[in-house]
Amino acid sequence: MADTATKETIETTAEETVAEETITEESAPVVVKKHRKIDITDTIMSVVTYIVYTFFAFVCVYPFYYIFINTISSNDLSARGKITFWPKELHLTNYVNVSHIPSLVDAFQISLARTILGTLLTVGASAFLGYMFTRETMWHRKIWYRLTVATMYFNAGIIPFFITMKNIHLYDTFWVYILPTIVSPFYIVLCKTFVESVPKELTDAAELDGAGTIRTFISVIIPVIKPILATVAIFSAVAQWNSFQDTLLLTSSPKLSTLQFTLYQYINQASSLKAIVNSSTSASSMAASLAHAATATSIRMTVTIVVVAPILLVYPIFQKYFVKGIMIGAVKG
Amino acid sequence: MNRKKLRGYREFLYVLPFIILVLIFAYYPLYGWVYAFYDYKPPAPLSKDLFVGFKWFHYMIDNDIKRKQLLQVLVNTFAISGLSMLFSWFPMMFAVFLNEIKCKPYKKFVQTVTTLPNFISWVLVYSIAFCIFNSTGVVNSLLTQWGVISKPIMFLQSSKHIWFKMWLWLTWKNAGWAAIMYIAAITGIDEELIDAAKVDGANRWKTIWHITIPSILPTYLVLLFLNMANFLSNGMEQFFVFQNSFNKDYIQVLDLYVYNLAMGNGGYSLSTAIGVLKSLISIVLLCTMNAISKLTRGEGFI
Repeated sequence: MADTATKETIETTAEETVAEETITEESAPVVVKKHRKIDITDTIMSVVTYIVYTFFAFVCVYPFYYIFINTISSNDLSARGKITFWPKELHLTNYVNVSHIPSLVDAFQISLARTILGTLLTVGASAFLGYMFTRETMWHRKIWYRLTVATMYFNAGIIPFFITMKNIHLYDTFWVYILPTIVSPFYIVLCKTFVESVPKELTDAAELDGAGTIRTFISVIIPVIKPILATVAIFSAVAQWNSFQDTLLLTSSPKLSTLQFTLYQYINQASSLKAIVNSSTSASSMAASLAHAATATSIRMTVTIVVVAPILLVYPIFQKYFVKGIMIGAVKG
Repeated sequence: MNRKKLRGYREFLYVLPFIILVLIFAYYPLYGWVYAFYDYKPPAPLSKDLFVGFKWFHYMIDNDIKRKQLLQVLVNTFAISGLSMLFSWFPMMFAVFLNEIKCKPYKKFVQTVTTLPNFISWVLVYSIAFCIFNSTGVVNSLLTQWGVISKPIMFLQSSKHIWFKMWLWLTWKNAGWAAIMYIAAITGIDEELIDAAKVDGANRWKTIWHITIPSILPTYLVLLFLNMANFLSNGMEQFFVFQNSFNKDYIQVLDLYVYNLAMGNGGYSLSTAIGVLKSLISIVLLCTMNAISKLTRGEGFI
């Protein structure tokens, strides 16, 4: 189909080129020439571009689609690799099964808690510091600002960080997910840039009315910088949800496992998965057919979808905020 | 006057809790570098550990086996960073040709879809890789169905082309996102310039070559310099999730090696020593690239 279409377009453009040449010979006005001039290489290029980008888009979308259709198809077929493009024998048992795995429910709660709490605190701190660092009255403002922003360019390395967390007794606590992320220099710079673009009259007027620093921040600054706060919120929520390394490095008790970490264990430690498969088949689906019984593949894929779903849902809606973030960051960086 | 000063102090007090957080989580860990000069055994506090001076720095290379291992790690790091450097033009070209697509909704669709993988974690990337490339995954089942292979290929459990595969996954994840910067730069190009070129008879190739690419080259250079500054830091997450006993020798980059040494073998001090060396070299790299950037573009990026 695509091939014939390509040929046709090439042929028509060839004709057009000929027609256009005759027009030029009759000394047509330049404007006409400019509009009619389409050469063959141009068309070929367009066609190739479309094909290549469709391929790129396919490569990015298909994996998600593939895993999704496998989770809603017969587990028996799925485990044998029979589901490739279309779902077969639809059912939702996998999602029900997964919601009954206790360790997974715990992990979901931890992930959710750190995402919500971490995002709230990071956004609050970034907005507040972004504003405070524009306050010229602050005692030695520049020193504190530089001290904070400098941390973008170095880090101690994972092992010294690990030892430090042990020393200050944050190792293996929930707070190790939250506290280190509260002050994020990049977000502070984003907010500060935005605050600087707010007309000074606005804050001056508030202060003339007797509002203090905090009052001005809450009732004047926050409403104005909402767009950038949305950007920061989205970025930090995604980062919290996706975070894996801190669980790996800084916690040891299974109670603090996040969804990401649990998923990793499901993939790499076949034994932990097998135990779950056995328990969930014996408990909930004695009567279940082969098509609905949990398998290692079905659990792995279903958990993958559960973990990726929030991102898939959030990203297209908030895409403009992501783009805004990288653009302001680029201008500054 | 006095009131203003008072206010300044108060504002500092508001900020102080956050400054303390910065000091604890960004500066205080730097003090952990001293462990590179001690023989640190985890439960014991520093005061009970033995001061060993530069022992670990010698230890890294004091026999053939260790030298070979460190060399292999460096080769892996250089190969993987080198590959991404070599193909660093890819996101730029991706943006340039995407811009040539005239159908707006399609363009938007491609852009949205290709930036998506940037927002999922490496664990998810690995999970996807596993689902697609394992022995019953779609790639193997299609290849078998078409008669190309008779036995499933173990894509993930082999060290073959591992550097290239890692580059492919990195590109799958990042290219669309990296292209956004270039797309914005292209949007900023003066329309009149392009129209003028068209009047002069330039076709699309010529417009791309003489107008689009030169105008986004500065962006490319900044990103290239930044990449070079991060040459030794590939991060560990990607390589950690993809590592297994089959590919371990060729996937271990510096960041992962540091982790494996400490967490796998308990060599906290040795791995800190390597980390310290890496950090120092990285700082020198950053400053060098910043200076080069200042020389060539007139401005640095720090």
